[in-house]
Formats: sequence, C-alpha cells, structure tokens
Amino acid sequence: MSTQLPEQVEEESSAAEAEPTSAAQERRLEKKRQRAEEKERQRQAEEAEKALDEEDTYHLKVFRYDPEIAGKKEPRFDDFHVPYHKGMTVLDALMYARDTYDSSLTFRHSCRQAICGSDAMFVNGSQRLCCKTQLSDLEEPVRIEPLPHAEVVKDLVVDMEHFYDQMEAVEPYFQTNELPEGELEEQHQTRENREKVKMSTRCIWCGACMSSCNIAAGDNQYLGPAALNKAYRFTMDEREGEDMKQQRLEILEQEHGVWRCQTQFSCTEVCPKDIPLTEHIQELKREAVKNNLKFW
Amino acid sequence: MHEHDVIVVGAGGAGLRAAIAAQEEGADVAIVSKLHPVRSHTGAAEGGINAALREADSWEDHAYDTMKGSDYLGDAPAIETLAQDSPEEVIQLEHWGMAFSREEDGRVSQRPFGGLSFPRTTYAGAETGHQLLHTMYEQLVKRGIEVYDEWYVLDLAVSDEDDPEDRTCHGVVGYDIQSGNIEGFRARDGVILATGGLGQVFDHTTNAVANTGDGVAMAYRAGVPIEDMEFIQFHPTSLPSTGVLISEGVRGEGGILYNSEGERFMFEYGYASNDGELASRDVVARAELSEVNEGRGIEDEYVHLDMRHLGEERITDRLENILHLAKDFEGVDALEEPMPVKPGQHYAMGGIETDENGETCIGGLYAAGECACASVHGSNRLGGNALPELIVFGARAGHHAAGRDLGEAEITTGKRGEWESGDVETPVAPGEAGISGADAVADGGAAAEGSDLSPDELVARATERTDRRVDALLENDGRNHSEIRSDVQESMTQHVNVFREEEGLKQALRDIRDAREAYQNVGVADQSRTFNTDLLHTIETRNIIDIAEAITLGALARDEFRGAHWRKEYQERDDENWLKHTMLSWNDGSPELWYKPVLLEGEEKRYEPKIRSY
Repeated sequence: MSTQLPEQVEEESSAAEAEPTSAAQERRLEKKRQRAEEKERQRQAEEAEKALDEEDTYHLKVFRYDPEIAGKKEPRFDDFHVPYHKGMTVLDALMYARDTYDSSLTFRHSCRQAICGSDAMFVNGSQRLCCKTQLSDLEEPVRIEPLPHAEVVKDLVVDMEHFYDQMEAVEPYFQTNELPEGELEEQHQTRENREKVKMSTRCIWCGACMSSCNIAAGDNQYLGPAALNKAYRFTMDEREGEDMKQQRLEILEQEHGVWRCQTQFSCTEVCPKDIPLTEHIQELKREAVKNNLKFW
Repeated sequence: MHEHDVIVVGAGGAGLRAAIAAQEEGADVAIVSKLHPVRSHTGAAEGGINAALREADSWEDHAYDTMKGSDYLGDAPAIETLAQDSPEEVIQLEHWGMAFSREEDGRVSQRPFGGLSFPRTTYAGAETGHQLLHTMYEQLVKRGIEVYDEWYVLDLAVSDEDDPEDRTCHGVVGYDIQSGNIEGFRARDGVILATGGLGQVFDHTTNAVANTGDGVAMAYRAGVPIEDMEFIQFHPTSLPSTGVLISEGVRGEGGILYNSEGERFMFEYGYASNDGELASRDVVARAELSEVNEGRGIEDEYVHLDMRHLGEERITDRLENILHLAKDFEGVDALEEPMPVKPGQHYAMGGIETDENGETCIGGLYAAGECACASVHGSNRLGGNALPELIVFGARAGHHAAGRDLGEAEITTGKRGEWESGDVETPVAPGEAGISGADAVADGGAAAEGSDLSPDELVARATERTDRRVDALLENDGRNHSEIRSDVQESMTQHVNVFREEEGLKQALRDIRDAREAYQNVGVADQSRTFNTDLLHTIETRNIIDIAEAITLGALARDEFRGAHWRKEYQERDDENWLKHTMLSWNDGSPELWYKPVLLEGEEKRYEPKIRSY
C-alpha cells in the first residue's frame, strides 16, 4: 500500500486540476467513501473484539448525525471502547475515540479545564461539561448525546445561535451615567457588593442550563436562566446606579422574562460553575416587585 | 467577498481590544475567529494584570522589573510602552464594569507576583482572564461589532514582491466551519493577527486545544520574520495529569513549594535565596525539575505546592477557582492536602515580529498579543505581564490600523534596520518538504502571489488557492494527521523542554523532518462539508510542524543560557555575543536565520544588563 499511494495521489491531483468537477472525480470520491466505510466496518469488528479482550475499557455510546453523509443522515449511536486510565474524563475519552478510531467524530472542545464552555453535552441523561466529568462517576455504557432542545449541526455539535441571541437580548454590558472624573480614577465597589455579583460573573456560556430548562423548551422567546443571570450580574452591581437598575428591571419583567421561571431548579442542578441560577432569578423577581411598589 | 476596513483574526483579549480600538477610530471592523469569542483561551488566565496604579509604584519600576525579567532581551521601547499604557487600560476595564477583587476602601486589589518590586498584579480572584474576556466581549456586543465566529482563517492575501518589506496584506481567506464555505475577506486598511498561543506544539501544556499557533505560522509563510521563537515559558505550577494551570497567585499569596523530603527547596538548595517561590518562572521551573532529577521529586515526576496554611477564608476569597481546578482535574482537596505540580508549557515569548504599534514589516499586517513579539518579554515573561500586553498592544494595533497617529515607532521591522546573518548546523534540512512554492497547495506552502494584481484580485486568487488546498486534503486518501501531530508534540516535550542539549535538539529536528514528510501524504477521512473538524485539525497540524521547527532551530542556534532558554553545553548568559534577537524568515520554504540587536535604550535611560538574581 505504501508503494502505491504516492502515485495514486499524484494522479488524483493532476486530474483534479484538469477537470475539477468531472465524473471521474466523483467516482474517485465514491471509492474513497467506500474505502472509508470498509475501514469503519473493520474498525467496529476490531472494536467489538477488543471489548471482550480488555476489561479496563469504558464503553461509550455516542450519538452520530451528519446531514451530508450517507449512513449518518439518520441519527444513530456508535459504540467505542476506550482504554481507561485514572482521572480520565468524558472529553479525554471522546478525544481518544476520535484520534484513534474515527477522525470524523465531531464535538466542540478547547480549554480542557471548564472555562471555555465549549463541551456541554448530554451525558447519561444529564447536561454536563465533558472535560470536568470523570468517567469513573458514570454508569456504563456512557451515553453521550448533543444538548437537548437545540438543533443538532453534526454529531455532538449543536447550533448555539439561539442561546447567544438570548444572552445578547438583556443589554449584557455595563452601563452607568456616573463615571468618575479625572484620569485613572476608578469606580469604587464594596467587597460585599463584589461578593454579591461574584457567582453570577462565573458563567461560561456553556448552555447547559438553557438545555435543561422545561420552560425554555416550550417557550422559544423565554430569556432563559443564563441570560437572566447575566442581567442579574449588572442589576445587582452597585456601580451602575439606581437609574440603570430601573431600566434593567423593565427588560426583565417583559412577558418572556423572569416571571416565566417556575423554580424547578433544573438549571441550578446542571450548572457546571455552581451558579445559584434559580435563586438569582427569584431575587430579580423580588427586586421587580419592590420596584413596582415604589411607584404605587 | 466580504469587505471591511479592518479585519481582526482571533477573538481573545488582544483581538477584542483591537476591534474596539479600531472602531473607536471610526473604522468598519470585523473579527474572524475559529472560536466564539467567549471560548478564547484568554479566559483561562488566572493571576492578574500588572499595572502601576498606586502612588508608591511607577511605570518606570514596572519597566525595570520587566526588563530584568526578560534577562535583557526585551526591547526598551516596547517594555516602556507596556508599562506606561497599562494603567489607563486597566482603569478602562474597570470602567467597563470588570469585576475586579476589591480592597476594604473599594479600590481594585493588587497582589505580589514573581519578579515584581511592587505588588502591582491587579486581579479578579483567580479568574482574571475570564473576567477580562467577558467584560470585553460585552463591549463588543454593546458596540455591535461584527463577529464571524467559527470561521477559521486559512491564509493571508499578501502580494509577492521579492522583499517582504515591500509586500502588502489585503485580506484573509476564511473557512466557515459550520457550512464548509471558503470566502475571501478584503481588508481596506489592515489585518490584525491576534491568534494567541502555540502550546499545542508540546504535549504537556496549559494551553487550549485550539492554541496551534495559526497566526504565527501564516505570517511566517507570508514572509514576516518570526522572532525569538526558542523562548518558551514553562509554568512551574501545572497539574501533572492534564497540564491545567495553577495560578502563580497561589505563591503570590504565600503558597510554598516542597520536595519529597518535605524541604522548602527554593531556599534550602539556594535556587532563589531571596525571593524563594516568588522568583521568576524560569528559575522556579528549573528548580522543580532539578529536584526531580536529583531524586527528590514525588513519584519521580512532580513537587508539592502547599497553600493550606493560608486558611480557608483567604483561599476562598482570593483563590477559590484553584480549589475547583485541583479537585476537578487532580482529585485533590487543596484545603486538606498539597497540590502536585510540575512545569508545563505555558507561553511563547517569541512570535511575529512587530514594532510597538503592532505593525509587521508587511504593509497592512499587524499582530498583537501572544502571537506577536514586540518584544516585551524577551527571554522570559513575568507573571501578570501577558494580560496587559493583550490590552495595550491590542489597542495600539487597532488604533494604528484604523489610522490614528501614534508617532513613528522606534523599533524597526524586517531588514530595515541593523541586522546580521546567522548560521546553524542542522542534521536535516529545515523548511518545505518536497514540492515548494506555488505548487505546494495541499499544505499551504506558498502564501504570496501577484504583485501586479489589484487588492480584490489578490484576495480572490488567495481564496481559489485555499479552495484547491482544501479539495486536495479532502480527496487525498492519506494518513490521518493525529499521529503526526502527537509525534511532534512528544518529541518537543522530550527534547525542547526546560532543559535542552545539542543532541536532543538535533533529534527533534529529525523528528520534525519526518513529520513534514509524513504530512506530504496526509488526508482527511471525514468527507462532510459540515463542521469538519478533521479538516481543521489537519490544517492546524501543518502550522504546528512549522512552529516546532522554528522553536528548535532557534534553540539550537542560541549557544548561551538566557531566561527560559537553558543549554547544557553553555551555562552562562553571553552578553558579548547574544544581546540580539533570533530572527527566522521562511524565505519561500528555505528558512533563513538572522539576528537584530536588542534595544536597551529607553526614553530616559539605558538598561544595563546586570546579573539576574532573585
């Protein structure tokens, strides 16, 4: 095979230049696809054998879908048996499966340390950040699916646009009319106030909460726990001042705002950064009531 | 074809600050980034931002500490710019609402950090980068700056004059990860590279999987010299199993390092008799590995970092994030037991050569942040100096690209100033494997073409070339890239790590050569146009190969010990011969080594190299 391959490659690329969209190219691609499928079958056979051989492996069942690839247009689950080492996370296992068995296995990931928020998935029936989920905490087989209530782009990747839209709908930026005068003058903030907003600033936009929320699933316009938490972060920040707080509460009180939350705590349960989301939403409701009483 | 005044590539701290700055000047600016902005690795920075905010402190002291930390390989104009601009940039962040930790009186908190003569590291718990990244992204949303997120820039559209100094960059070619479309982006005024780190060149790194040095590799191949690549920072406290970073803030707050004998080795073995754990990072990293090599490591691999004596209240207040990281990624309760730590690749001091305004020698092409080398950090970066670099030089590049007059730069780029040629004996030829020049489509070999083309035609031409490259990768039924990548990573960690010796460096060059040859036959198995990460990672792997080679070439050439660069055969800093920057030009596939002098002349004084002790 190693002696044949280079020749074949050369032939392919020169032909491709001459007639880029020819039927010949299509045939070659078809062949490549067939070879890939053959490899895949082989792999699965080897995999099955390995699973019997080795006890120290973890069995993953991974959701697969690709709108363009025959055999993946209909969603299916693939089995992977991944050798286990102490401390191995779900993300480690996915990376191993991709790099060793199937390079088309697709998922978002980047920092590997629970700060970029890329790899929230549905693992054994619950929203989790794969990089901070130990395999040893999970029952086998470990079932890995994309986040529910979001459109699947491919395999474990979901479309995050709706989530981002909701985050951006709450004026998610600091606003104040009272910046200190003078060069290099900072605003002052009490330690207590910083402490009050601290947990809310920890959000990494992973989308786990939104995916877990029944209300968000039924009401597409509901701002959702992450966006409301973002609003909380600014509403409670004393540096913004009272007039801004007024403006923020108006946004939050809209039809698809805080009052939709039915305090089921599912968001709080799945948040990988332990943000007390439900409490924050409840507190915003109280602030809204207080604020409305003020104007009676 | 998309068209904007300024295109920023990358959406971490430097990219976001650059985009905001360009818009402040009235430019129509867009960001093109392979990750959504909040996913950027700036978010993982923990410790803080050095800025001389207080009366007892001064920018001059910050500059002096930085120059000393750089082991006199930083350029004074860049260092002084950093120290002068940092306070206003930090206050700007505060005005944008960043959630800094606070003092009793309500002012922002500062903590001691390694190599600093004043506690000027301004912080937000142990999650300063996260707070900074999100605060700046909020400003982006407020200003309505356009972001092409999950668009991966595959190439630069640069004209092809003989000398890089005569070339112009007119835009970039982007690949829409979600759809697989390849489209040109024309930049009327400038392209700013802010692509961040390159840690994936090594296999034990604090860097994200996305940190593959794309910007450095693209600029290098387009003709921009890359500078001081051999200087890689190994952070002394990364978790052994994953490389996850444990902030220097732990030592800043009083955390202590112990060897397996329970000895406080930084003092007891004289590695840093004055500053101990708070010596500069290069010093501490070498001390840890020396302990392990002397048989005083734990499990022959790591040492212990203990912060239990600080007490739960102080730890929770200032270092809470560290408790989570130690628990989640090493299974250690840091309130009850010491944390295992060892050096891990953390930061690249070198990068794309720029002046203090972020400009490269190619017209219209800028770089800022970790991918750039101005040079602020010289041979060793001080903790707390990366975040100010992002905001200071991000802002300057953005302003300058959009037309603000920042005065003439003192640092010269390319071969415009004083330079000398260099030579290094290599066991194998570096550079392009096999075919080179315009035919090297599959691996993005050629970057420049057509000086007689209009800017639009040039971007269109680059886009077609990228199309062909992607098609070739998809059609080729070759080897998967992942093994090639891990071979390079393993070789780099084995041979081009904290301790370096000639034979090891040569072996790394051989391994990299093998990887290049293997890459000639790389193929992408995934045939889908939708979210094809197989293709993406394959292209990144090519960048990793080019960068690994540049780091190793520089390390082999520099026969002295300076800052983070330790050589077994040469145990002294050699100011007589080596007060100069290592420069590498891609030179159409046959890398050329040359040098330019370090600038030690500051605004008001000259920084005389002194013995660096802590």
